[in-house]
Amino acid sequence: MSLNISFKLNGEAVEVAVEASTLLIDLVREKLGLTGTKAGCREGECGACTVLVDGKAYSSCLMPAIKVQGREVTTIEGLRKPDGSLHPLQEAFMDAGAAQCGFCTPGMIMNAAALLSNNPNPDEHEIRKALSGVLCRCTGYRKIVEAVKAAAAANQS
Amino acid sequence: MPQAFEELHWRRDISLKDYLLPETLSQALQMLREYKGRARIIAGGTDVIVALRRCDYTVDALVDIGRVPGLGLIEQQGDNIVLGALVTHAQTEASALVREKAGLLATACGAVGSPQIRTIATVAGNLVSGQPAADASIPLLALDARVAVVSTDGERTVPLSDFFLDVGKTVVDPTREILTRIEFKALGSNQGGCSLRLSKRKALSLPMLVCSVVVTVDDAKNAITEAAIALGPVAPTPFRSRLVEDVVKGKPATLETLHEAAERAYAYCSPRDSLLRGSCDYRQEMVKVLVKRGLRRALEDAGCVL
Repeated sequence: MSLNISFKLNGEAVEVAVEASTLLIDLVREKLGLTGTKAGCREGECGACTVLVDGKAYSSCLMPAIKVQGREVTTIEGLRKPDGSLHPLQEAFMDAGAAQCGFCTPGMIMNAAALLSNNPNPDEHEIRKALSGVLCRCTGYRKIVEAVKAAAAANQS
Repeated sequence: MPQAFEELHWRRDISLKDYLLPETLSQALQMLREYKGRARIIAGGTDVIVALRRCDYTVDALVDIGRVPGLGLIEQQGDNIVLGALVTHAQTEASALVREKAGLLATACGAVGSPQIRTIATVAGNLVSGQPAADASIPLLALDARVAVVSTDGERTVPLSDFFLDVGKTVVDPTREILTRIEFKALGSNQGGCSLRLSKRKALSLPMLVCSVVVTVDDAKNAITEAAIALGPVAPTPFRSRLVEDVVKGKPATLETLHEAAERAYAYCSPRDSLLRGSCDYRQEMVKVLVKRGLRRALEDAGCVL
Protein backbone atom coordinates (compact mmCIF):
# COMPACT_ATOMS: atom_id res chain seq x y z
CA MET A 1 0.00 0.00 0.00
CA SER A 2 1.39 3.34 -1.02
CA LEU A 3 -0.06 6.41 0.63
CA ASN A 4 0.49 10.11 0.06
CA ILE A 5 1.29 12.03 3.21
CA SER A 6 1.84 15.73 3.63
CA PHE A 7 3.72 17.39 6.45
CA LYS A 8 6.10 20.24 7.12
CA LEU A 9 9.77 19.34 6.96
CA ASN A 10 12.19 21.95 8.23
CA GLY A 11 9.63 24.66 7.59
CA GLU A 12 8.65 23.60 4.08
CA ALA A 13 5.52 21.77 3.03
CA VAL A 14 6.27 18.29 1.68
CA GLU A 15 3.99 15.81 -0.04
CA VAL A 16 5.44 12.38 -0.55
CA ALA A 17 4.32 8.80 -1.20
CA VAL A 18 5.27 6.32 1.52
CA GLU A 19 4.73 2.59 1.99
CA ALA A 20 2.91 1.16 5.01
CA SER A 21 6.26 -0.14 6.22
CA THR A 22 8.31 3.05 5.71
CA LEU A 23 9.91 4.34 8.88
CA LEU A 24 10.48 8.06 9.38
CA ILE A 25 14.26 7.66 9.44
CA ASP A 26 14.30 6.02 6.00
CA LEU A 27 11.88 8.55 4.57
CA VAL A 28 14.07 11.41 5.75
CA ARG A 29 17.45 9.91 4.84
CA GLU A 30 16.75 7.99 1.68
CA LYS A 31 13.69 9.44 0.02
CA LEU A 32 14.23 13.07 1.04
CA GLY A 33 18.03 12.93 1.07
CA LEU A 34 18.60 14.49 4.48
CA THR A 35 21.39 12.26 5.78
CA GLY A 36 22.25 14.40 8.80
CA THR A 37 19.93 12.18 10.87
CA LYS A 38 21.94 9.04 11.70
CA ALA A 39 20.77 5.45 11.96
CA GLY A 40 22.70 3.96 14.86
CA CYS A 41 20.96 0.95 16.36
CA ARG A 42 17.53 1.03 14.70
CA GLU A 43 15.92 -0.16 17.89
CA GLY A 44 15.57 2.97 20.00
CA GLU A 45 18.62 2.26 22.13
CA CYS A 46 21.10 4.92 20.95
CA GLY A 47 19.24 8.15 20.15
CA ALA A 48 21.36 9.07 17.09
CA CYS A 49 18.22 9.20 14.92
CA THR A 50 16.39 11.78 17.05
CA VAL A 51 14.24 14.30 15.16
CA LEU A 52 11.68 16.80 16.42
CA VAL A 53 8.01 16.28 15.67
CA ASP A 54 5.92 19.29 16.69
CA GLY A 55 8.89 20.40 18.78
CA LYS A 56 9.31 17.18 20.78
CA ALA A 57 12.19 14.72 20.43
CA TYR A 58 11.39 11.27 18.98
CA SER A 59 13.41 8.29 17.80
CA SER A 60 12.78 8.34 14.05
CA CYS A 61 13.88 4.69 13.72
CA LEU A 62 10.78 3.53 15.63
CA MET A 63 8.24 5.85 14.04
CA PRO A 64 6.15 4.77 11.06
CA ALA A 65 6.40 7.62 8.52
CA ILE A 66 2.60 7.79 8.26
CA LYS A 67 2.47 9.08 11.85
CA VAL A 68 3.89 12.49 10.79
CA GLN A 69 0.95 13.23 8.48
CA GLY A 70 -0.06 16.85 9.12
CA ARG A 71 2.70 17.45 11.63
CA GLU A 72 5.89 19.48 11.69
CA VAL A 73 9.21 17.62 11.48
CA THR A 74 12.59 19.21 12.16
CA THR A 75 15.86 17.46 11.43
CA ILE A 76 19.39 18.65 12.15
CA GLU A 77 19.39 20.32 8.70
CA GLY A 78 16.42 22.46 9.76
CA LEU A 79 18.09 24.07 12.76
CA ARG A 80 19.99 26.47 10.53
CA LYS A 81 18.48 29.95 10.43
CA PRO A 82 16.92 31.15 7.16
CA ASP A 83 20.00 33.29 6.43
CA GLY A 84 22.12 30.14 6.49
CA SER A 85 23.86 30.85 9.80
CA LEU A 86 24.11 28.03 12.31
CA HIS A 87 21.94 27.43 15.39
CA PRO A 88 23.63 28.51 18.67
CA LEU A 89 23.86 24.82 19.63
CA GLN A 90 25.75 23.99 16.44
CA GLU A 91 28.13 26.92 17.06
CA ALA A 92 28.59 25.87 20.68
CA PHE A 93 29.33 22.23 19.77
CA MET A 94 32.08 23.42 17.41
CA ASP A 95 33.52 25.89 19.91
CA ALA A 96 33.55 23.36 22.76
CA GLY A 97 34.97 20.54 20.65
CA ALA A 98 31.88 18.54 21.60
CA ALA A 99 32.06 16.15 18.64
CA GLN A 100 34.56 13.31 18.42
CA CYS A 101 33.49 10.76 15.81
CA GLY A 102 30.36 12.88 15.35
CA PHE A 103 27.86 10.06 14.87
CA CYS A 104 25.80 10.88 17.96
CA THR A 105 26.09 14.65 17.45
CA PRO A 106 22.84 15.19 15.50
CA GLY A 107 20.95 13.22 18.17
CA MET A 108 22.60 15.20 20.97
CA ILE A 109 21.85 18.52 19.28
CA MET A 110 18.22 17.67 18.50
CA ASN A 111 17.53 16.60 22.08
CA ALA A 112 19.27 19.73 23.35
CA ALA A 113 17.22 21.85 20.93
CA ALA A 114 13.99 20.34 22.29
CA LEU A 115 15.18 21.11 25.82
CA LEU A 116 16.18 24.72 25.13
CA SER A 117 12.91 25.53 23.38
CA ASN A 118 10.99 24.59 26.56
CA ASN A 119 13.58 25.55 29.13
CA PRO A 120 15.94 28.29 27.88
CA ASN A 121 18.09 28.26 31.00
CA PRO A 122 18.50 24.63 32.15
CA ASP A 123 20.79 23.53 34.97
CA GLU A 124 23.32 20.73 34.51
CA HIS A 125 20.97 18.07 35.85
CA GLU A 126 18.25 19.09 33.40
CA ILE A 127 20.75 19.06 30.53
CA ARG A 128 22.01 15.58 31.45
CA LYS A 129 18.46 14.30 31.76
CA ALA A 130 17.53 15.72 28.36
CA LEU A 131 20.59 14.09 26.79
CA SER A 132 20.14 10.81 28.64
CA GLY A 133 18.57 9.19 25.57
CA VAL A 134 21.64 9.53 23.38
CA LEU A 135 24.72 7.34 23.69
CA CYS A 136 28.16 8.72 22.78
CA ARG A 137 30.46 5.76 22.24
CA CYS A 138 33.48 8.10 22.30
CA THR A 139 32.24 8.97 25.82
CA GLY A 140 32.75 12.69 25.28
CA TYR A 141 29.81 13.70 27.47
CA ARG A 142 31.53 16.43 29.46
CA LYS A 143 32.14 18.68 26.48
CA ILE A 144 28.68 17.98 25.11
CA VAL A 145 27.10 19.17 28.35
CA GLU A 146 29.40 22.23 28.34
CA ALA A 147 28.35 23.03 24.79
CA VAL A 148 24.65 22.96 25.71
CA LYS A 149 25.35 25.24 28.69
CA ALA A 150 27.25 27.63 26.42
CA ALA A 151 24.44 27.65 23.85
CA ALA A 152 21.88 28.41 26.59
CA ALA A 153 24.06 31.26 27.83
CA ALA A 154 24.49 32.62 24.29
CA ASN A 155 20.70 32.57 23.87
CA GLN A 156 20.27 34.52 27.10
CA SER A 157 22.72 37.27 26.24
CA MET B 1 24.02 -19.39 12.04
CA PRO B 2 25.16 -18.70 15.60
CA GLN B 3 22.43 -17.03 17.59
CA ALA B 4 24.56 -14.02 18.56
CA PHE B 5 25.27 -13.33 14.90
CA GLU B 6 21.60 -13.52 13.99
CA GLU B 7 20.69 -11.11 16.76
CA LEU B 8 23.18 -8.59 15.41
CA HIS B 9 21.79 -8.91 11.93
CA TRP B 10 18.12 -8.22 12.22
CA ARG B 11 16.33 -7.36 9.07
CA ARG B 12 16.62 -3.67 8.44
CA ASP B 13 13.14 -3.24 7.06
CA ILE B 14 9.83 -4.35 8.38
CA SER B 15 7.34 -6.11 6.18
CA LEU B 16 3.84 -4.71 6.18
CA LYS B 17 1.11 -4.39 3.57
CA ASP B 18 -1.28 -1.88 5.16
CA TYR B 19 -1.18 0.84 7.80
CA LEU B 20 -4.67 1.80 8.89
CA LEU B 21 -5.81 4.92 10.72
CA PRO B 22 -9.25 4.41 12.29
CA GLU B 23 -11.09 7.45 13.62
CA THR B 24 -13.14 5.56 16.21
CA LEU B 25 -12.77 2.56 18.47
CA SER B 26 -15.47 0.58 16.66
CA GLN B 27 -13.74 1.26 13.32
CA ALA B 28 -10.50 -0.04 14.80
CA LEU B 29 -12.17 -3.22 16.07
CA GLN B 30 -13.86 -3.72 12.70
CA MET B 31 -10.50 -3.41 10.91
CA LEU B 32 -8.95 -6.03 13.20
CA ARG B 33 -11.88 -8.29 12.47
CA GLU B 34 -11.56 -7.91 8.71
CA TYR B 35 -7.92 -8.98 8.83
CA LYS B 36 -8.80 -12.13 10.80
CA GLY B 37 -5.75 -12.19 13.05
CA ARG B 38 -3.36 -10.71 10.46
CA ALA B 39 -3.58 -7.16 11.85
CA ARG B 40 -2.40 -5.79 15.13
CA ILE B 41 -2.91 -2.62 17.17
CA ILE B 42 -0.14 -0.02 17.23
CA ALA B 43 -0.08 3.02 19.55
CA GLY B 44 3.38 4.45 20.29
CA GLY B 45 4.99 1.61 18.35
CA THR B 46 8.25 1.41 20.26
CA ASP B 47 7.75 -2.28 21.00
CA VAL B 48 5.74 -3.19 17.88
CA ILE B 49 8.29 -1.86 15.38
CA VAL B 50 11.18 -3.64 17.10
CA ALA B 51 9.16 -6.87 17.29
CA LEU B 52 8.28 -6.69 13.59
CA ARG B 53 11.89 -6.15 12.64
CA ARG B 54 12.97 -9.07 14.82
CA CYS B 55 10.12 -11.14 13.33
CA ASP B 56 8.86 -11.97 16.84
CA TYR B 57 5.55 -11.93 14.99
CA THR B 58 4.41 -10.95 11.52
CA VAL B 59 1.26 -9.13 10.43
CA ASP B 60 -0.26 -7.82 7.21
CA ALA B 61 -1.51 -4.59 8.73
CA LEU B 62 -1.09 -2.29 11.68
CA VAL B 63 -4.13 -0.48 13.06
CA ASP B 64 -2.94 2.82 14.55
CA ILE B 65 -5.26 3.98 17.35
CA GLY B 66 -3.40 7.29 17.74
CA ARG B 67 -6.30 9.29 16.28
CA VAL B 68 -9.09 7.64 18.26
CA PRO B 69 -10.56 10.34 20.54
CA GLY B 70 -11.00 9.90 24.29
CA LEU B 71 -8.11 7.52 24.90
CA GLY B 72 -5.56 10.11 26.03
CA LEU B 73 -6.96 11.16 29.40
CA ILE B 74 -5.45 10.94 32.87
CA GLU B 75 -8.19 11.73 35.35
CA GLN B 76 -9.61 11.05 38.76
CA GLN B 77 -13.05 9.44 38.81
CA GLY B 78 -14.23 9.19 42.41
CA ASP B 79 -11.54 7.31 44.33
CA ASN B 80 -9.99 5.98 41.14
CA ILE B 81 -7.33 7.25 38.80
CA VAL B 82 -7.97 6.36 35.16
CA LEU B 83 -5.36 6.28 32.40
CA GLY B 84 -6.53 6.01 28.80
CA ALA B 85 -4.86 3.68 26.33
CA LEU B 86 -2.87 6.47 24.67
CA VAL B 87 -1.37 7.94 27.83
CA THR B 88 2.42 7.90 27.50
CA HIS B 89 5.11 7.23 30.06
CA ALA B 90 6.18 10.90 29.88
CA GLN B 91 2.62 12.14 30.56
CA THR B 92 2.29 9.74 33.49
CA GLU B 93 5.66 10.78 34.91
CA ALA B 94 4.71 14.47 34.63
CA SER B 95 1.07 14.18 35.79
CA ALA B 96 0.51 16.12 39.03
CA LEU B 97 -2.38 13.76 39.84
CA VAL B 98 -0.30 10.59 39.45
CA ARG B 99 2.68 12.07 41.29
CA GLU B 100 0.50 13.00 44.24
CA LYS B 101 -1.81 9.99 44.42
CA ALA B 102 0.33 7.18 42.97
CA GLY B 103 3.90 8.46 43.07
CA LEU B 104 5.37 4.99 42.63
CA LEU B 105 3.87 4.78 39.12
CA ALA B 106 5.29 8.20 38.15
CA THR B 107 8.74 7.13 39.35
CA ALA B 108 8.64 3.87 37.41
CA CYS B 109 7.39 5.52 34.20
CA GLY B 110 10.24 8.04 34.41
CA ALA B 111 12.83 5.25 34.31
CA VAL B 112 11.77 3.60 31.05
CA GLY B 113 14.17 3.73 28.09
CA SER B 114 14.95 7.29 27.14
CA PRO B 115 13.11 10.63 26.97
CA GLN B 116 12.43 10.02 23.26
CA ILE B 117 10.86 6.63 24.04
CA ARG B 118 8.85 7.89 27.01
CA THR B 119 7.38 10.69 24.89
CA ILE B 120 5.61 8.22 22.60
CA ALA B 121 5.52 4.81 24.34
CA THR B 122 2.17 4.20 26.08
CA VAL B 123 1.65 2.66 29.50
CA ALA B 124 -1.09 0.43 28.05
CA GLY B 125 1.38 -0.80 25.44
CA ASN B 126 3.88 -1.58 28.17
CA LEU B 127 1.26 -3.87 29.71
CA VAL B 128 0.11 -5.52 26.48
CA SER B 129 3.71 -6.30 25.45
CA GLY B 130 3.76 -8.50 28.54
CA GLN B 131 7.48 -8.45 29.18
CA PRO B 132 8.62 -9.70 32.60
CA ALA B 133 10.63 -6.49 33.02
CA ALA B 134 7.91 -4.06 31.91
CA ASP B 135 8.56 -1.08 34.19
CA ALA B 136 5.00 0.22 34.47
CA SER B 137 3.43 -3.18 35.10
CA ILE B 138 5.13 -3.66 38.47
CA PRO B 139 3.79 -0.54 40.27
CA LEU B 140 0.39 -1.08 38.62
CA LEU B 141 0.31 -4.62 40.05
CA ALA B 142 1.13 -3.24 43.49
CA LEU B 143 -1.67 -0.67 43.04
CA ASP B 144 -4.16 -3.50 42.30
CA ALA B 145 -4.94 -1.98 38.90
CA ARG B 146 -7.67 -3.25 36.60
CA VAL B 147 -7.80 -2.86 32.85
CA ALA B 148 -10.70 -2.61 30.43
CA VAL B 149 -10.40 -4.69 27.27
CA VAL B 150 -12.79 -4.27 24.35
CA SER B 151 -13.49 -6.43 21.33
CA THR B 152 -16.39 -6.68 18.92
CA ASP B 153 -17.94 -9.00 21.54
CA GLY B 154 -18.05 -6.22 24.15
CA GLU B 155 -16.00 -5.00 27.09
CA ARG B 156 -14.50 -6.90 30.00
CA THR B 157 -12.57 -5.78 33.05
CA VAL B 158 -9.52 -7.77 34.09
CA PRO B 159 -7.55 -7.38 37.33
CA LEU B 160 -3.88 -6.96 36.49
CA SER B 161 -3.04 -9.90 38.77
CA ASP B 162 -4.84 -12.16 36.22
CA PHE B 163 -3.47 -10.32 33.19
CA PHE B 164 0.03 -11.72 32.53
CA LEU B 165 0.20 -15.28 31.19
CA ASP B 166 3.78 -15.84 30.05
CA VAL B 167 6.75 -13.98 28.55
CA GLY B 168 5.22 -11.68 25.91
CA LYS B 169 1.75 -13.12 26.47
CA THR B 170 -1.21 -11.52 28.25
CA VAL B 171 -4.97 -12.02 28.27
CA VAL B 172 -5.25 -9.36 25.55
CA ASP B 173 -5.11 -10.62 22.00
CA PRO B 174 -3.86 -7.52 20.11
CA THR B 175 -5.07 -8.96 16.81
CA ARG B 176 -8.66 -8.90 18.10
CA GLU B 177 -8.88 -6.72 21.21
CA ILE B 178 -7.90 -3.27 22.51
CA LEU B 179 -6.90 -2.36 26.04
CA THR B 180 -8.73 0.95 26.44
CA ARG B 181 -8.33 1.92 30.09
CA ILE B 182 -6.18 1.33 33.18
CA GLU B 183 -7.80 2.05 36.53
CA PHE B 184 -6.56 1.94 40.11
CA LYS B 185 -7.39 3.44 43.49
CA ALA B 186 -5.61 6.65 44.45
CA LEU B 187 -3.48 6.17 47.56
CA GLY B 188 -5.19 7.35 50.74
CA SER B 189 -3.74 9.21 53.73
CA ASN B 190 -2.90 5.99 55.61
CA GLN B 191 -1.18 4.49 52.58
CA GLY B 192 2.29 4.82 51.12
CA GLY B 193 4.07 3.58 48.03
CA CYS B 194 7.50 3.15 46.54
CA SER B 195 9.00 1.77 43.35
CA LEU B 196 12.67 0.84 43.11
CA ARG B 197 14.70 -0.10 40.07
CA LEU B 198 18.10 -1.72 39.83
CA SER B 199 19.81 -1.24 36.47
CA LYS B 200 23.30 -0.99 35.04
CA ARG B 201 22.91 2.65 34.01
CA LYS B 202 20.56 5.47 34.91
CA ALA B 203 19.27 5.76 31.34
CA LEU B 204 18.78 3.59 28.27
CA SER B 205 18.90 0.43 30.32
CA LEU B 206 16.64 -2.51 30.93
CA PRO B 207 15.95 -3.15 34.59
CA MET B 208 17.77 -5.94 36.41
CA LEU B 209 15.07 -5.76 39.08
CA VAL B 210 12.01 -3.66 39.79
CA CYS B 211 10.24 -3.79 43.15
CA SER B 212 7.05 -1.84 43.86
CA VAL B 213 5.39 -1.67 47.24
CA VAL B 214 2.11 -0.24 48.50
CA VAL B 215 1.37 -0.39 52.23
CA THR B 216 -1.67 0.47 54.30
CA VAL B 217 -1.12 1.27 57.98
CA ASP B 218 -3.38 1.78 60.97
CA ASP B 219 -4.44 5.27 62.07
CA ALA B 220 -1.71 5.40 64.72
CA LYS B 221 0.83 4.57 61.97
CA ASN B 222 2.24 1.75 64.07
CA ALA B 223 1.08 -1.41 62.30
CA ILE B 224 0.89 -2.66 58.73
CA THR B 225 -2.70 -3.61 57.91
CA GLU B 226 -2.22 -4.37 54.19
CA ALA B 227 0.78 -4.74 51.90
CA ALA B 228 1.17 -5.23 48.17
CA ILE B 229 4.61 -6.20 46.88
CA ALA B 230 5.21 -6.65 43.15
CA LEU B 231 8.40 -7.88 41.53
CA GLY B 232 9.95 -8.27 38.10
CA PRO B 233 11.83 -9.55 36.17
CA VAL B 234 12.41 -12.57 38.37
CA ALA B 235 9.88 -14.93 36.81
CA PRO B 236 8.24 -15.32 33.37
CA THR B 237 5.71 -12.62 34.31
CA PRO B 238 5.66 -9.69 36.74
CA PHE B 239 4.06 -11.02 39.92
CA ARG B 240 2.77 -10.23 43.39
CA SER B 241 4.77 -11.75 46.21
CA ARG B 242 1.76 -12.87 48.27
CA LEU B 243 3.94 -14.84 50.64
CA VAL B 244 5.90 -11.76 51.75
CA GLU B 245 2.70 -9.74 51.87
CA ASP B 246 1.30 -12.27 54.35
CA VAL B 247 4.49 -12.12 56.39
CA VAL B 248 4.15 -8.38 57.02
CA LYS B 249 0.35 -8.07 57.25
CA GLY B 250 -0.74 -7.31 60.80
CA LYS B 251 2.83 -6.83 62.00
CA PRO B 252 4.22 -3.68 63.62
CA ALA B 253 5.90 -1.20 61.28
CA THR B 254 9.38 -1.89 62.59
CA LEU B 255 12.79 -2.81 61.24
CA GLU B 256 12.36 -6.35 62.64
CA THR B 257 9.33 -6.84 60.42
CA LEU B 258 11.34 -5.64 57.42
CA HIS B 259 14.15 -8.11 58.23
CA GLU B 260 11.62 -10.91 58.38
CA ALA B 261 10.14 -9.87 55.03
CA ALA B 262 13.56 -9.67 53.38
CA GLU B 263 14.43 -13.22 54.48
CA ARG B 264 11.38 -14.58 52.65
CA ALA B 265 11.58 -12.18 49.73
CA TYR B 266 12.88 -14.47 47.06
CA ALA B 267 10.26 -17.15 47.47
CA TYR B 268 8.82 -17.93 44.03
CA CYS B 269 11.50 -15.77 42.35
CA SER B 270 13.25 -17.79 39.67
CA PRO B 271 15.43 -15.31 37.78
CA ARG B 272 17.56 -16.65 34.95
CA ASP B 273 21.29 -16.14 34.79
CA SER B 274 21.51 -13.30 32.31
CA LEU B 275 24.45 -11.40 30.85
CA LEU B 276 22.12 -8.42 30.55
CA ARG B 277 20.45 -8.55 33.94
CA GLY B 278 22.96 -10.29 36.20
CA SER B 279 23.21 -13.77 37.64
CA CYS B 280 20.43 -15.62 39.40
CA ASP B 281 22.40 -15.66 42.68
CA TYR B 282 23.04 -11.93 42.59
CA ARG B 283 19.47 -11.06 41.82
CA GLN B 284 18.11 -13.36 44.52
CA GLU B 285 20.25 -11.47 47.01
CA MET B 286 19.20 -8.11 45.58
CA VAL B 287 15.50 -9.00 45.76
CA LYS B 288 15.93 -9.12 49.54
CA VAL B 289 17.57 -5.70 49.54
CA LEU B 290 14.93 -4.11 47.33
CA VAL B 291 11.96 -5.60 49.20
CA LYS B 292 13.34 -4.36 52.50
CA ARG B 293 14.21 -0.92 51.16
CA GLY B 294 10.92 -0.66 49.25
CA LEU B 295 8.86 -1.57 52.33
CA ARG B 296 10.78 0.91 54.43
CA ARG B 297 10.28 3.78 51.99
CA ALA B 298 6.62 2.91 51.47
CA LEU B 299 6.07 2.93 55.25
CA GLU B 300 7.84 6.28 55.53
CA ASP B 301 5.68 7.55 52.68
CA ALA B 302 2.63 6.46 54.69
CA GLY B 303 3.86 8.55 57.61
CA CYS B 304 5.44 5.83 59.78
CA VAL B 305 8.58 6.58 61.72
CA LEU B 306 10.90 3.55 61.76
